[in-house]
Amino acid sequence: MKNNLAKKHDYVSSTNACKACMPLGACIAFKGIEGCVPFLHGSQGCATYMRRYLISHYREPVDIASSALGEGEAVFGGGPNLKAGLVNVINKYQAKAVGIATTCLTETIGDNVPAIVREFLAEAVLEGSCTEMPALIHAATPSYAATHMEGFYAAVAATVAQLAEPGPRHEGINLLPGLISPADIRHLLEVAGDFGLEATLLPDYSRPLDAPASEAYEILPEGGTPLAAIKAMGGARASLALGWTPASQDAGRDLAERCGVPLHSPGLPLGLRASDELFAVLEEISGRPIPDKHVEERGRLLDAMVDGHKYLSGKRAVVYGEQDLVIGLSAFLAEIGITPVLCASGGRALNFGEKVHEFCDGLTRETPRVEAGIDFYRIAEISRELKPDLFVGHSKGYRMAREQGAPLVRVGMPIHDRIGGSRILHLGYRGAQQLYDRLVNAVLAQKQADSDVGYGYL
Amino acid sequence: MSQVIFAEREDQIHETGGDKPFRISCDKQSLAGAVSQRACVFCGSRVVLYPIADALHLIHGPIGCASYTWDIRGALSSGPELHRYSFSTDLGETDVIFGGEGKLTRALDELIPLHQPQAAFVYSTCMVGLIGDDINAVCRKAEERHGIPVIPVMSEGFKGNKRAGYYAACNALFRLVGSGDISDIPPMAVNLLGDFNLAGEIWIIREYLERMGVSVVANVTGDGRVAQMQRAHGAALNLVQCSGSTMELAKMMQETYGIPFKRVSYLGVEDMAQALYDVAEFFGSDEAMEKAKELVREELGRIYPRLMELRESLEGKRAALYVGGAFKAFSLIKSFRLLGMKVVLAGSQTGTEEDYQELASICEPGTVIVDDANPLELMTYLIEKDVDVFVGGVKERPIAHKLGIGFVDHNHERKLALEGFVGMLNFAEEVAATALSPVWRFTPRRARRRLEAV
Repeated sequence: MKNNLAKKHDYVSSTNACKACMPLGACIAFKGIEGCVPFLHGSQGCATYMRRYLISHYREPVDIASSALGEGEAVFGGGPNLKAGLVNVINKYQAKAVGIATTCLTETIGDNVPAIVREFLAEAVLEGSCTEMPALIHAATPSYAATHMEGFYAAVAATVAQLAEPGPRHEGINLLPGLISPADIRHLLEVAGDFGLEATLLPDYSRPLDAPASEAYEILPEGGTPLAAIKAMGGARASLALGWTPASQDAGRDLAERCGVPLHSPGLPLGLRASDELFAVLEEISGRPIPDKHVEERGRLLDAMVDGHKYLSGKRAVVYGEQDLVIGLSAFLAEIGITPVLCASGGRALNFGEKVHEFCDGLTRETPRVEAGIDFYRIAEISRELKPDLFVGHSKGYRMAREQGAPLVRVGMPIHDRIGGSRILHLGYRGAQQLYDRLVNAVLAQKQADSDVGYGYL
Repeated sequence: MSQVIFAEREDQIHETGGDKPFRISCDKQSLAGAVSQRACVFCGSRVVLYPIADALHLIHGPIGCASYTWDIRGALSSGPELHRYSFSTDLGETDVIFGGEGKLTRALDELIPLHQPQAAFVYSTCMVGLIGDDINAVCRKAEERHGIPVIPVMSEGFKGNKRAGYYAACNALFRLVGSGDISDIPPMAVNLLGDFNLAGEIWIIREYLERMGVSVVANVTGDGRVAQMQRAHGAALNLVQCSGSTMELAKMMQETYGIPFKRVSYLGVEDMAQALYDVAEFFGSDEAMEKAKELVREELGRIYPRLMELRESLEGKRAALYVGGAFKAFSLIKSFRLLGMKVVLAGSQTGTEEDYQELASICEPGTVIVDDANPLELMTYLIEKDVDVFVGGVKERPIAHKLGIGFVDHNHERKLALEGFVGMLNFAEEVAATALSPVWRFTPRRARRRLEAV
């Protein structure tokens, strides 16, 4: 079936972006490396705005250093400030690693970060108790080139390219997820562990960005992927890449080509089919059957899907966010009987439309409309015509959902109008179960809200 | 001093009451690598101009600057809500190479007819400053085509700190002032400068002034309208609250239109009452003064019993504050005193030397005063001074919470009115809500201390 919609308006400007910029994603990735301080090479504002943005989602301290460039540096180059900033952050934070991401400013003035870092290493004399030079990772993240999702993958790819070494061989596996929640990371590690697999999950910000209450403000939060483990990723028996990674930022492929680590790319395990695929790969790699616990969880999920199917059948949803997440969500919605009538993202990476259609084929009543490079103004315009029953995405869609009187089921990042964004579980059978319950309950709550009668028994 | 303090920053921190005479260095570029709590020039401009609700705010640059500032603030409008949209030229790679002027022109040509704003502000970001787009020329031509003011805001992020952004915003605003008809403005009329109508605060202040017989010509910029700004030169007095952000505009208006200004604060009962008395005194109106006194009596009477109740539970607790502008800090110190609390740390992102001098003079001995702090320093002093409640912005919140310290949001993102007499009560309720929560008994640092005390 074809959506009978007015021709797309080709706005040249963006109104209410459905994306953020590359360095933001890089900062999240760097927070997932043990002892790593994210460092933005640019003007002070970028670091502060991104800290604010991430703090409002994770509700955790997010210290991001900046080279705080001024007008002089913008003209004569930011090298000296970058070096001075590195000395300060290394000495005060006792960092084991510094993740340097460029910004639009430093990309445009053409600062050669790798060269500056080489100079720094040659010149640097560290003071204080920090006697060992930390790993200095640099990622090129020009804000004008892509989105935060790609910045995230770029930082992971840079980390692997710069730190992972071929061999020696070991029995562990590499887990390269997309931009998922701390709860998702914890779950994936649990699943791998249940198969008896020792997994290096990169990046692992499950603790740095969702830490327990502690005695003090941890200057460098505990947790994160240990540097030694990253180094050893080149010797793993397999890599599992879970997002749909842009080709130029594919850490899994780098490990395969440079270090000969076999790569499995089952996609994001969102929903029943995608989780089946992940579990099948884990069975294959580990040589063990799916542990009973997960067989049970799958069964429980399926049971819930049966119990709730009639509430969802034929419902229509608008889904938006990072492209890899939207692909995964669309696949999940399709299999539980909801048609994702619009799948939208501000980014332009990946073969977005193809993947959505592949997953929805044969399951949905309408063909999903897919929009890349779109903003919320346009998503709202299209939604007004489509009249969806619900919206699925992060907090930025709240106003649109409110105006259109449909519930918003919050997933992804940023969630800044609710508590617990870090603890939303999206992945695996358990994540699907939790999302499923939330989706059905959102529909039920709307049904009650819209009802004149107020049935208390549905 | 603790070893977390950067040597380069030692002269930006001062503890009152010691034998060292007061000296503080400020208004400097932030130290590289120090994780400053500050933002940039663009941020300063965006903060000031943001609440003008019938203007188009177009951010010329890559998407980040627009993404991070979309609808994050609490500035309310009584009418149009164009300020809550986030418009950007979303520059891409080819624009960086070939220049963004064409895209900016097309963006203005599609957005102005679509949203019909009364004026457009075009914010220049870091990259635009570098690729050298002539946004002045683009704006001038768009102004001719569309017949509304199209005003460039020279806010390239790297061109200084937040204060430079305030200055750029004042320059942009000043281009509007003076073009409207002022023939019907009554003699007792003021402009409210440096109030952003967070959670409707400007409505509280306007109501007070109305009760005294004083009209308001322009809200600069909370619940702001372009036409108001254009008539602002018809007011007899400028009341400047956030002086860091709008003092420059007040000075420009004084020089060009001879309008005097007064620094005021609407935070806390003393400063709020004083602001009203200052206005009455300025106009030399006994009637207005009588009404102001009556208003203060009435409003205070309404909140006092509850304030005193709260004071009983809060007495003796220690507070710290780290705010954007230093002027706000004075009012906060007085407010805490009213609640029987003691301020042990006071700092700001953008205070001037005079601000800090004054701050030091009203603080008790042993108070730490800090300019342009960072998480390490704040953490150190929060622990050292054994703080119960910390007042700051979103970036300060997790520092407090991690240390098991209560937190009150007092920045542009808050959604709770803190100005006026009702605002003082709101503030007290919020301080109490956090300070008196049982949660701190269980957080590790306090729990250990309780154990040790037994």
